[in-house]
Amino acid sequence: MWSLVLRRLLLTLPTLLGASLIVFAMVKLAPGDPISILMPPDAGKAEIEAVKEALGLDRPLPVQYLKWLERAVVHGDLGRSIATRRPVVQDVLDALRNSVILAVASSMLALIPGLALGTLAAFQRGGVVDKVVSAVAITGVSVPHYWAGIMLVIVFSVQLGWFPAMGGPSDPGIGPYIRHMLLPAVALALIPLGVITRVVRSAVLDILAQEFVLTLRVKGLYTGSLVRHVLKNASPQILTVMGLQFGFALGGSVLVETVFSWPGTGYLLNIAIFQRDMPLLQGIILVLSTTFVLLNLAVDVLQSLIDPRIVRG
Amino acid sequence: MSVPAPAILTAPVAAPVATSYWRLVSRRLARDPATLIAGSLLGAIVLAAVLAPALAPYDPAAGSIRMRLSPIGTVGHPLGTDEQGRDMLSRLLFGGRMTLLAGLTPIVVACLFGGVLGILAGYLGGAANSIIMRASDIFYAFPAILLAIAISGALGPGLGNTLISLSVVFLPRIIRVAEAVTVQTKSLEYVAAARASGAGSWPIVRYHLLPNVLAPILVFTSTQVSLSIILAAGLSFLGLGVTPPAAEWGLMLNTLRQSIYVDAWVPALPGVAIFVVSMAFNLLSDGLRDAMEVRG
Repeated sequence: MWSLVLRRLLLTLPTLLGASLIVFAMVKLAPGDPISILMPPDAGKAEIEAVKEALGLDRPLPVQYLKWLERAVVHGDLGRSIATRRPVVQDVLDALRNSVILAVASSMLALIPGLALGTLAAFQRGGVVDKVVSAVAITGVSVPHYWAGIMLVIVFSVQLGWFPAMGGPSDPGIGPYIRHMLLPAVALALIPLGVITRVVRSAVLDILAQEFVLTLRVKGLYTGSLVRHVLKNASPQILTVMGLQFGFALGGSVLVETVFSWPGTGYLLNIAIFQRDMPLLQGIILVLSTTFVLLNLAVDVLQSLIDPRIVRG
Repeated sequence: MSVPAPAILTAPVAAPVATSYWRLVSRRLARDPATLIAGSLLGAIVLAAVLAPALAPYDPAAGSIRMRLSPIGTVGHPLGTDEQGRDMLSRLLFGGRMTLLAGLTPIVVACLFGGVLGILAGYLGGAANSIIMRASDIFYAFPAILLAIAISGALGPGLGNTLISLSVVFLPRIIRVAEAVTVQTKSLEYVAAARASGAGSWPIVRYHLLPNVLAPILVFTSTQVSLSIILAAGLSFLGLGVTPPAAEWGLMLNTLRQSIYVDAWVPALPGVAIFVVSMAFNLLSDGLRDAMEVRG
């Protein structure tokens, strides 16, 4: 198993390098001279050159990239935020914790009903239940989740007053944390719920069409045990879609976190963009994409463990 | 006196049974009620957006301090007014132009370039395949929404930058699908037969590959339209897309968000519009998939 993990890890290295190159290039392509933000408008030419040299901005781009990458990988140093002067790594990791918790919660909110609805629809193919589930699923995938967030605030915060409209938990403890997290988690779960339902339905239908299911049925197996057999066989596909949807929740949280002012990476990213705080922007995207790549790696490895027939790369 | 033609020749010849694939697809589409409803709804919305200057009762940018946040059903403003007293109906009509433009253009661009690159990668194989596929793999390191926001965030707000960032998001996805179906089709026996009978590259691509890879690529592209529209409006919602005072659904949602404590329903409207369009595209895409008999 460890050789498998190692092999997959080696294969993700080029992807991670490429991603870091994109993150670096993105900021270099951004309009505006980073020096002009740092320096007073009346700074002389010599002073500007001195600052450039001190920051390494006078060197050729490939050298700058390698230096940046070396600091990030070897020392875990992503530079300092231009606005707050705090180390970027600290802020990003704090925010990432909140984002990951939100993403896990919304993935669960999507997975459990999605699994149940998709299986139910496949077993009742063509029936009323199937039609209703399909309608629910297509509604789910079509919802602009930021708008769903606003609607949840209108109903549950403004009208009913059950949940806080925004912000992170001000009081310590798990209760307030969950109360603040529930609405954003539901908003973020809608699209994954639709996607998972659709994938589970079609995966289960594929399995149901296989001959071993017929054998099980002929044997007189109860539907309950049949479902267990079918889901076990559909699990690699379900795992793949789960991984992708967790990634969606991590990335999509930018919009939902903005609606709810949830103190995660999305909220931080929004701040970075509007203050044009490029080191912070770079750091957030690098950390999020690395998380995403490692997550996909984990999904791949898990898949091979569940079903040894799947050996890729 | 001419000899009457033998009856067998004058009898009406039965219509050829072989109908073209595309005719079959359109006939199936025309028989599917969900597709028909979604299609006509979209047709109406696109028409309303195109004809916005003629249909809109007011100037979408003209506000009135006295008429701020009128509720739905106000005389003269059937859908109410926004936080600056601008007519919501007019703004929704004009906003549709922007949202549709920002959501559909990247899909068309990505489909054209992604389709060509993917088919090339699949057909040529070897080094060309490696370069194209590895380059697009890198973009898979980012969740779609994050990539769109990151590029737009770095480039700055504006419609042009939205189009660039969304095209970059969808390009690798379409390349991947186009490459996969091309590789699959290329390995089929009739392609080998064509090659064995001396067909050159261009005839093989034109007559054997293209007709068979087009449907899967189109179906996949159609599944991405609703995401593109949600993302395009989402970028404006964050303040990264179309800039004020232009009307755009996501942007309207953003500026009206502060007013939910005054009136809950007018701020909901732009989101309803995004939702309806995105759902119609999804229904259409499902219908297309069934009609084209593409699995996935």
